Formats: sequence, C-alpha cells, structure tokens
Amino acid sequence: MWKWIQAFASPRNFYQTSGKIIPWLMAPFIALSLIGLYWSFVVSPADYQQGESVRIMYVHVPAAWMSLFIYIVMAIASGIGLIWQIKLAHIVAKVSAPVGAAFTLLALVTGSVWGKPMWGTWWAWDARLTSELILLFLYLAYISLHNAFDNPKTADKASSVLAIVGLVNIPIIYYSVEWWNSLHQGSSISTTKISMQIDMFIALMLISFAFKFLYGALVLMRARDEVLVREQNSRWVREIIVGVGK
Amino acid sequence: MTKRQNRMVLVALLIAGAILAVTLLLQALGNNSNYFYSPTSVKQGKAPTDRSFRLGGLVVVGSFKREDLKSTFDVTDNNNKFTIEYTGILPDLFREGQGIITTGSLVNGRFIATEVLAKHDENYMPPEVADALKQAQE
Repeated sequence: MWKWIQAFASPRNFYQTSGKIIPWLMAPFIALSLIGLYWSFVVSPADYQQGESVRIMYVHVPAAWMSLFIYIVMAIASGIGLIWQIKLAHIVAKVSAPVGAAFTLLALVTGSVWGKPMWGTWWAWDARLTSELILLFLYLAYISLHNAFDNPKTADKASSVLAIVGLVNIPIIYYSVEWWNSLHQGSSISTTKISMQIDMFIALMLISFAFKFLYGALVLMRARDEVLVREQNSRWVREIIVGVGK
Repeated sequence: MTKRQNRMVLVALLIAGAILAVTLLLQALGNNSNYFYSPTSVKQGKAPTDRSFRLGGLVVVGSFKREDLKSTFDVTDNNNKFTIEYTGILPDLFREGQGIITTGSLVNGRFIATEVLAKHDENYMPPEVADALKQAQE
C-alpha cells in the first residue's frame, strides 16, 4: 500500500495515471448533474412555505458542503505535505484552493438570493453567514500567500501552516446554528433524522455527489498542469512537450 | 525523535494552538455572538437599553393587526412576550406562528422595530404534507 502510494505520488506517474482517471470522474459528474437537475426541477415538489424558492437549496446546500469538504481536504493535504514532505500533497492543496473559493462564493451568493425573499434581507451578520464569509477569506488568503513567494517550496510551507490553522473555522461553521441564536436555520439532515421530503433529499444528494466528482476532476486537471510547471526541467516533461509539438 | 516526528508534533501544536485561541476568543465574545435576544432574556435585562438590539421569537397567533404599512403584533418565546410596532414591508415568510427576528428598541415597554426578518426552520415539505400534518394535529 505504502509503496503503491509512493509510486503514484511520483510526479511522472501521477501525470500519466491521472490523465486516465479524469474521464471516469467527468462522466458521473455529467450524468448525476443531469438527473439531479431533472429531480430538482421536475420531480421534487415546491415547499409549503417557501414555494418554488426552495429549489435554490439544491445548489446552495451542496455548494456549502463542498466549501467545507474542500477545505478539509486542503488542510489534510497540507498536513501530509508538511509531515511526509510529499510534493503531490502540496500540489493538491494548492490547486484545491480556487475550486473551494468558487464553491464558497456560490454558497454565499445563492444563500443571499434565497435570503432576500424569504428572510427579507440579502445579508445578516449572524454566526453561520459570518463564519462562511471568513472561510471565503481564508481561501483567498491561502491563494494570495501562495502567490506571494517565488520559491514553490517556501510557498508550500507557509500556506500549509495557514491552511491548518484555518481548519479551526470548519467546526465553527458547522455548529454555528446550534451554538448561537442565528437567523440561518438548523441542519435539515443529520445522522439521526432527515426533516425534508424524500424527493427533495434525493435531488440534494444527486447534486451533492455530482459536485464531488466535479471537484475530483478539476483537482486532477489542475494538478497535472501544476506538475508540468514544477517539473519543467525534468526529462520526461520535455519529452511530453516535444512529443506534443511534433 | 526523528525529523518526521518533530514535524508531526509541530503540526499538532499548531492545531492545538489554533483551537485554544479560538475557544478563548469565543468565550470572550460570549453573548455578543448571538444574533438575537429572546423575550425572556430581555425581561431579565440582558439586552442593551441604550441602543437598538434584535429580538427573536414566534409571532403570537391572533395578535397581528395592520393599518396600511403600520403593523403591530406580539412576539413570544412561550414564557414572555413583547408587542412589536413596525412600519414597512414584511418578508414573504412572515405569518402568525412563524419565527421572526426584529431589530429595534424598547420604548415604554413596546418594541419599536426598524426591520423585521422571518426565520425559516429546518423542515422542508410539500404543501399537501403540511396540510395533512395540520389536520392530524387538529
């Protein structure tokens, strides 16, 4: 197992293997999105209070879950990169950040669009909304910090520390609606109960898995580019570039 | 210790330090990170009197009255209640029995609101199910 990981994590092997995996992530993403869209617009019903606005949830909640999920991946990859000094782990952390920032922004914007008609305001400084906004700032800080160094090794180390420290915000976002009085509602889905109609839940899950596959595909694509840039002086990269140029 | 173990300890310390710092920060913030006060905590004098604050609770069924844009209604947490006066447009989800959060200040025991927000709960269901639930309760 350990040997296999080390073999896969070598830049050259990663580049070759990941190229083959990407289509297997893109295909489920497209399939799940199409079924998910059908389920969220046609199969799932309108809500008894929110009416049709409930459909915003099918983007908002999966995007918000992704914003947390990607940050956790980023922090774990940073930890692995720091402790075991695996180049690929740092690359995964680095290329995940913009994807995570995009999902965070999507969650904030869709939440705002839902909040105006339902709550009566675009924005409120309640615990959930504020901590999610801090998550966006953490992503942006990570990206800027990484870009502030010329040497990728120094950049990896410094931004890894930031990613790990920022991890403390994740439980705060998750439990914010329980720890404090907030405008944002509590979780509808927990391990013990699901307080939503089953078709709503299915639509939510379909989109949520679609997003996971999309993230996987995006990370591999971006990581391949990053590997090429970082290994540009090595022989195998030159062979690929020359080969492509022929 | 090997170098790798050293780095592990460093990462662990980093996480522990971050958790400690944020816990202390949240402790210091205390009540200030709550988005609203309940009618009971206002009665207990926890809400500020010199500036506006947010009051949250359920709209008492049968208490809602409206004249043009001026509306009055009671908000309760099932222990204490306050009468709210508000001039303006109410959000879509506003209705009797609904949770709301309102910003304003107390003037002679009445809460003069500058903003009313409707709170949504975590229950999502189609209208037919909501009707069936209501009938079952009655």
